[in-house]
Amino acid sequence: MVPLSWYLILAAALFCIGVFGALARRNAVGILMGIELMLNAVNINLVAFWRHIGPDQMTGQLFAIFVITVAAAEAAVGLALIIAIYRQRNTVNVEEIDMMKG
Amino acid sequence: MFLFVVFALIALAAAVGVITSRKPVYSALFLLLNFATLAALYIMVEAQFLAAVQIIVYAGAVIVLFLFVVMLIGGGELDDIGGRNKKFLARLTWPRGIALVLGLGLLVAVGYGLLSGQLMTATNDAAAFGQGSVQAIAAVLYTDYALPFELASILLLVGMIGAVALAQPPKKD
Repeated sequence: MVPLSWYLILAAALFCIGVFGALARRNAVGILMGIELMLNAVNINLVAFWRHIGPDQMTGQLFAIFVITVAAAEAAVGLALIIAIYRQRNTVNVEEIDMMKG
Repeated sequence: MFLFVVFALIALAAAVGVITSRKPVYSALFLLLNFATLAALYIMVEAQFLAAVQIIVYAGAVIVLFLFVVMLIGGGELDDIGGRNKKFLARLTWPRGIALVLGLGLLVAVGYGLLSGQLMTATNDAAAFGQGSVQAIAAVLYTDYALPFELASILLLVGMIGAVALAQPPKKD
Protein backbone atom coordinates (compact mmCIF):
# COMPACT_ATOMS: atom_id res chain seq x y z
CA MET A 1 0.00 0.00 0.00
CA VAL A 2 1.14 3.50 -0.79
CA PRO A 3 2.45 5.21 2.37
CA LEU A 4 0.22 7.76 4.04
CA SER A 5 2.84 10.48 3.74
CA TRP A 6 2.72 10.33 -0.06
CA TYR A 7 -0.97 11.11 -0.07
CA LEU A 8 -0.39 13.95 2.37
CA ILE A 9 2.37 15.38 0.20
CA LEU A 10 0.17 15.19 -2.89
CA ALA A 11 -2.72 16.81 -1.03
CA ALA A 12 -0.49 19.54 0.36
CA ALA A 13 0.91 20.28 -3.09
CA LEU A 14 -2.57 20.43 -4.64
CA PHE A 15 -3.76 22.63 -1.79
CA CYS A 16 -0.87 25.05 -2.29
CA ILE A 17 -1.53 25.19 -6.03
CA GLY A 18 -5.18 25.92 -5.23
CA VAL A 19 -4.24 28.66 -2.76
CA PHE A 20 -1.97 30.24 -5.34
CA GLY A 21 -4.72 30.05 -7.95
CA ALA A 22 -7.30 31.57 -5.61
CA LEU A 23 -4.95 34.42 -4.71
CA ALA A 24 -3.27 35.10 -8.02
CA ARG A 25 -6.04 34.79 -10.59
CA ARG A 26 -7.83 37.96 -11.54
CA ASN A 27 -10.70 36.16 -13.21
CA ALA A 28 -13.40 35.41 -10.63
CA VAL A 29 -14.09 32.04 -12.27
CA GLY A 30 -10.41 31.19 -11.88
CA ILE A 31 -10.61 32.00 -8.18
CA LEU A 32 -13.51 29.59 -7.78
CA MET A 33 -11.49 26.93 -9.57
CA GLY A 34 -8.65 27.46 -7.10
CA ILE A 35 -11.11 26.95 -4.25
CA GLU A 36 -12.34 23.73 -5.85
CA LEU A 37 -8.74 22.51 -6.04
CA MET A 38 -8.30 23.22 -2.33
CA LEU A 39 -11.49 21.35 -1.41
CA ASN A 40 -10.32 18.38 -3.44
CA ALA A 41 -6.96 18.37 -1.69
CA VAL A 42 -8.80 18.21 1.64
CA ASN A 43 -10.80 15.27 0.32
CA ILE A 44 -7.61 13.39 -0.54
CA ASN A 45 -6.42 13.90 3.03
CA LEU A 46 -9.70 12.66 4.49
CA VAL A 47 -9.79 9.56 2.33
CA ALA A 48 -6.12 8.76 2.92
CA PHE A 49 -6.52 9.05 6.69
CA TRP A 50 -9.65 6.90 6.54
CA ARG A 51 -7.76 4.24 4.63
CA HIS A 52 -4.61 4.19 6.74
CA ILE A 53 -5.85 4.85 10.25
CA GLY A 54 -9.37 3.55 10.60
CA PRO A 55 -10.80 1.67 7.62
CA ASP A 56 -13.55 0.30 9.86
CA GLN A 57 -14.81 3.72 10.79
CA MET A 58 -16.53 5.50 7.96
CA THR A 59 -15.93 9.02 9.29
CA GLY A 60 -13.32 9.96 6.72
CA GLN A 61 -15.40 8.94 3.74
CA LEU A 62 -18.55 10.56 5.08
CA PHE A 63 -16.70 13.80 5.70
CA ALA A 64 -15.45 13.65 2.13
CA ILE A 65 -19.03 13.21 0.90
CA PHE A 66 -20.19 16.21 2.92
CA VAL A 67 -17.26 18.25 1.61
CA ILE A 68 -18.33 17.37 -1.93
CA THR A 69 -21.89 18.46 -1.08
CA VAL A 70 -20.70 21.78 0.27
CA ALA A 71 -18.42 22.25 -2.73
CA ALA A 72 -21.28 21.69 -5.14
CA ALA A 73 -23.49 24.21 -3.33
CA GLU A 74 -20.59 26.66 -3.15
CA ALA A 75 -19.88 26.36 -6.87
CA ALA A 76 -23.54 26.93 -7.75
CA VAL A 77 -23.92 30.01 -5.55
CA GLY A 78 -20.49 31.39 -6.48
CA LEU A 79 -21.12 31.10 -10.19
CA ALA A 80 -24.57 32.68 -9.79
CA LEU A 81 -22.88 35.57 -7.98
CA ILE A 82 -20.39 35.90 -10.83
CA ILE A 83 -23.22 36.01 -13.37
CA ALA A 84 -25.05 38.64 -11.29
CA ILE A 85 -21.89 40.77 -11.05
CA TYR A 86 -21.22 40.35 -14.74
CA ARG A 87 -24.72 41.64 -15.51
CA GLN A 88 -24.14 44.64 -13.30
CA ARG A 89 -20.55 45.58 -14.14
CA ASN A 90 -19.87 43.76 -17.41
CA THR A 91 -16.65 42.32 -16.03
CA VAL A 92 -15.46 39.38 -13.97
CA ASN A 93 -12.05 40.88 -13.21
CA VAL A 94 -11.94 41.04 -9.42
CA GLU A 95 -9.70 44.11 -9.50
CA GLU A 96 -12.41 46.10 -11.22
CA ILE A 97 -15.15 44.90 -8.86
CA ASP A 98 -14.66 47.40 -6.07
CA MET A 99 -18.14 48.64 -5.24
CA MET A 100 -17.39 48.23 -1.56
CA LYS A 101 -14.08 50.13 -1.77
CA GLY A 102 -12.17 47.31 -0.15
CA MET B 1 3.08 2.45 -5.96
CA PHE B 2 4.02 3.17 -9.53
CA LEU B 3 0.41 3.92 -10.42
CA PHE B 4 0.10 6.33 -7.52
CA VAL B 5 3.11 8.29 -8.74
CA VAL B 6 1.70 8.48 -12.26
CA PHE B 7 -1.73 9.63 -11.06
CA ALA B 8 -0.17 12.10 -8.63
CA LEU B 9 1.99 13.62 -11.34
CA ILE B 10 -0.96 13.92 -13.72
CA ALA B 11 -3.07 15.51 -10.97
CA LEU B 12 -0.34 17.99 -10.11
CA ALA B 13 0.33 18.87 -13.73
CA ALA B 14 -3.39 19.35 -14.36
CA ALA B 15 -3.64 21.57 -11.27
CA VAL B 16 -0.75 23.67 -12.54
CA GLY B 17 -2.54 23.83 -15.87
CA VAL B 18 -5.67 25.10 -14.12
CA ILE B 19 -3.93 28.09 -12.62
CA THR B 20 -1.61 28.90 -15.51
CA SER B 21 -3.97 28.72 -18.50
CA ARG B 22 -4.83 32.14 -19.80
CA LYS B 23 -8.24 31.10 -21.04
CA PRO B 24 -10.88 30.02 -18.49
CA VAL B 25 -12.12 27.26 -20.80
CA TYR B 26 -8.73 25.56 -20.68
CA SER B 27 -8.67 26.02 -16.92
CA ALA B 28 -12.03 24.30 -16.58
CA LEU B 29 -10.95 21.41 -18.78
CA PHE B 30 -7.70 20.96 -16.84
CA LEU B 31 -9.81 20.96 -13.68
CA LEU B 32 -11.89 18.17 -15.21
CA LEU B 33 -8.71 16.16 -15.80
CA ASN B 34 -7.64 16.79 -12.21
CA PHE B 35 -10.98 15.56 -10.86
CA ALA B 36 -10.89 12.43 -13.03
CA THR B 37 -7.38 11.63 -11.81
CA LEU B 38 -8.46 12.04 -8.20
CA ALA B 39 -11.31 9.61 -8.85
CA ALA B 40 -8.72 7.06 -10.00
CA LEU B 41 -6.78 7.70 -6.78
CA TYR B 42 -9.95 7.07 -4.75
CA ILE B 43 -10.37 3.73 -6.49
CA MET B 44 -6.78 2.90 -5.53
CA VAL B 45 -7.64 3.32 -1.84
CA GLU B 46 -10.81 1.28 -2.37
CA ALA B 47 -13.26 4.12 -1.91
CA GLN B 48 -15.32 3.15 -4.94
CA PHE B 49 -18.45 5.05 -4.01
CA LEU B 50 -16.47 8.24 -3.48
CA ALA B 51 -14.82 7.77 -6.85
CA ALA B 52 -18.23 7.50 -8.50
CA VAL B 53 -19.45 10.56 -6.60
CA GLN B 54 -16.32 12.43 -7.62
CA ILE B 55 -16.98 11.72 -11.28
CA ILE B 56 -20.73 12.38 -11.12
CA VAL B 57 -20.74 15.49 -8.95
CA TYR B 58 -17.44 17.13 -9.78
CA ALA B 59 -16.59 15.98 -13.28
CA GLY B 60 -20.24 15.98 -14.24
CA ALA B 61 -22.14 18.74 -12.50
CA VAL B 62 -19.58 21.23 -11.26
CA ILE B 63 -17.42 21.28 -14.38
CA VAL B 64 -20.46 21.63 -16.61
CA LEU B 65 -21.57 24.54 -14.44
CA PHE B 66 -18.14 26.14 -14.76
CA LEU B 67 -18.05 25.65 -18.52
CA PHE B 68 -21.60 26.98 -18.81
CA VAL B 69 -20.73 30.18 -16.95
CA VAL B 70 -17.47 30.61 -18.85
CA MET B 71 -19.30 30.28 -22.14
CA LEU B 72 -22.10 32.55 -20.92
CA ILE B 73 -19.88 35.44 -19.93
CA GLY B 74 -17.43 34.85 -22.75
CA GLY B 75 -14.26 33.65 -21.11
CA GLY B 76 -11.80 35.63 -23.16
CA GLU B 77 -11.34 35.16 -26.86
CA LEU B 78 -11.66 31.55 -27.84
CA ASP B 79 -8.99 31.07 -30.43
CA ASP B 80 -9.94 29.18 -33.53
CA ILE B 81 -11.57 25.99 -32.31
CA GLY B 82 -12.19 24.99 -35.90
CA GLY B 83 -8.94 26.21 -37.39
CA ARG B 84 -9.58 24.45 -40.66
CA ASN B 85 -6.94 26.29 -42.56
CA LYS B 86 -4.15 25.29 -40.20
CA LYS B 87 -2.18 22.10 -39.97
CA PHE B 88 -2.70 19.83 -36.97
CA LEU B 89 0.67 20.68 -35.44
CA ALA B 90 0.10 24.39 -35.86
CA ARG B 91 -3.15 24.08 -33.91
CA LEU B 92 -1.38 22.19 -31.16
CA THR B 93 -0.75 25.13 -28.84
CA TRP B 94 0.76 24.39 -25.45
CA PRO B 95 -2.45 23.84 -23.46
CA ARG B 96 -3.66 21.38 -26.04
CA GLY B 97 -0.30 19.63 -26.17
CA ILE B 98 -0.09 19.30 -22.41
CA ALA B 99 -3.71 18.22 -22.19
CA LEU B 100 -3.12 15.60 -24.87
CA VAL B 101 -0.11 14.18 -23.03
CA LEU B 102 -1.85 14.22 -19.64
CA GLY B 103 -5.09 12.76 -20.94
CA LEU B 104 -3.27 9.96 -22.72
CA GLY B 105 -1.22 9.40 -19.57
CA LEU B 106 -4.40 9.03 -17.51
CA LEU B 107 -5.86 6.64 -20.06
CA VAL B 108 -2.71 4.50 -20.14
CA ALA B 109 -2.40 4.50 -16.35
CA VAL B 110 -6.04 3.51 -15.82
CA GLY B 111 -5.72 0.82 -18.48
CA TYR B 112 -2.55 -0.51 -16.88
CA GLY B 113 -4.20 -0.46 -13.45
CA LEU B 114 -7.22 -2.36 -14.71
CA LEU B 115 -5.17 -4.94 -16.59
CA SER B 116 -2.74 -5.52 -13.74
CA GLY B 117 -5.60 -5.73 -11.25
CA GLN B 118 -4.43 -2.86 -9.05
CA LEU B 119 -7.63 -0.92 -9.64
CA MET B 120 -9.84 -3.96 -9.33
CA THR B 121 -10.96 -5.23 -5.98
CA ALA B 122 -14.09 -6.54 -7.51
CA THR B 123 -15.80 -9.80 -7.55
CA ASN B 124 -19.43 -10.00 -8.53
CA ASP B 125 -20.56 -9.62 -4.95
CA ALA B 126 -21.43 -6.06 -3.93
CA ALA B 127 -20.43 -6.70 -0.33
CA ALA B 128 -16.93 -7.63 -1.48
CA PHE B 129 -16.26 -3.96 -2.08
CA GLY B 130 -15.84 -3.65 1.67
CA GLN B 131 -15.85 -0.33 3.43
CA GLY B 132 -15.89 1.74 0.27
CA SER B 133 -19.13 0.29 -1.04
CA VAL B 134 -22.50 1.97 -1.29
CA GLN B 135 -23.80 -0.54 1.24
CA ALA B 136 -21.25 0.28 3.92
CA ILE B 137 -21.60 4.03 3.45
CA ALA B 138 -25.37 4.01 3.40
CA ALA B 139 -25.51 1.92 6.58
CA VAL B 140 -23.65 4.66 8.44
CA LEU B 141 -25.00 7.67 6.55
CA TYR B 142 -28.65 6.96 7.27
CA THR B 143 -28.15 6.02 10.92
CA ASP B 144 -25.31 7.73 12.75
CA TYR B 145 -25.05 10.62 10.31
CA ALA B 146 -28.74 11.18 9.65
CA LEU B 147 -28.71 14.71 11.07
CA PRO B 148 -25.72 15.92 8.99
CA PHE B 149 -27.36 14.24 6.01
CA GLU B 150 -30.55 16.24 6.51
CA LEU B 151 -28.54 19.41 7.06
CA ALA B 152 -26.69 18.77 3.82
CA SER B 153 -29.99 18.45 2.00
CA ILE B 154 -31.13 21.77 3.47
CA LEU B 155 -27.81 23.30 2.42
CA LEU B 156 -28.33 22.08 -1.13
CA LEU B 157 -31.88 23.45 -1.15
CA VAL B 158 -30.69 26.84 0.10
CA GLY B 159 -27.87 26.80 -2.43
CA MET B 160 -30.29 26.01 -5.23
CA ILE B 161 -32.71 28.78 -4.23
CA GLY B 162 -29.83 31.20 -3.78
CA ALA B 163 -28.40 30.41 -7.19
CA VAL B 164 -31.77 30.86 -8.88
CA ALA B 165 -32.45 34.10 -6.99
CA LEU B 166 -28.99 35.54 -7.71
CA ALA B 167 -29.01 34.66 -11.38
CA GLN B 168 -32.38 36.34 -11.99
CA PRO B 169 -32.14 39.13 -14.51
CA PRO B 170 -32.58 42.53 -12.85
CA LYS B 171 -36.14 43.83 -12.89
CA LYS B 172 -36.84 46.68 -15.23
CA ASP B 173 -38.87 49.33 -13.49
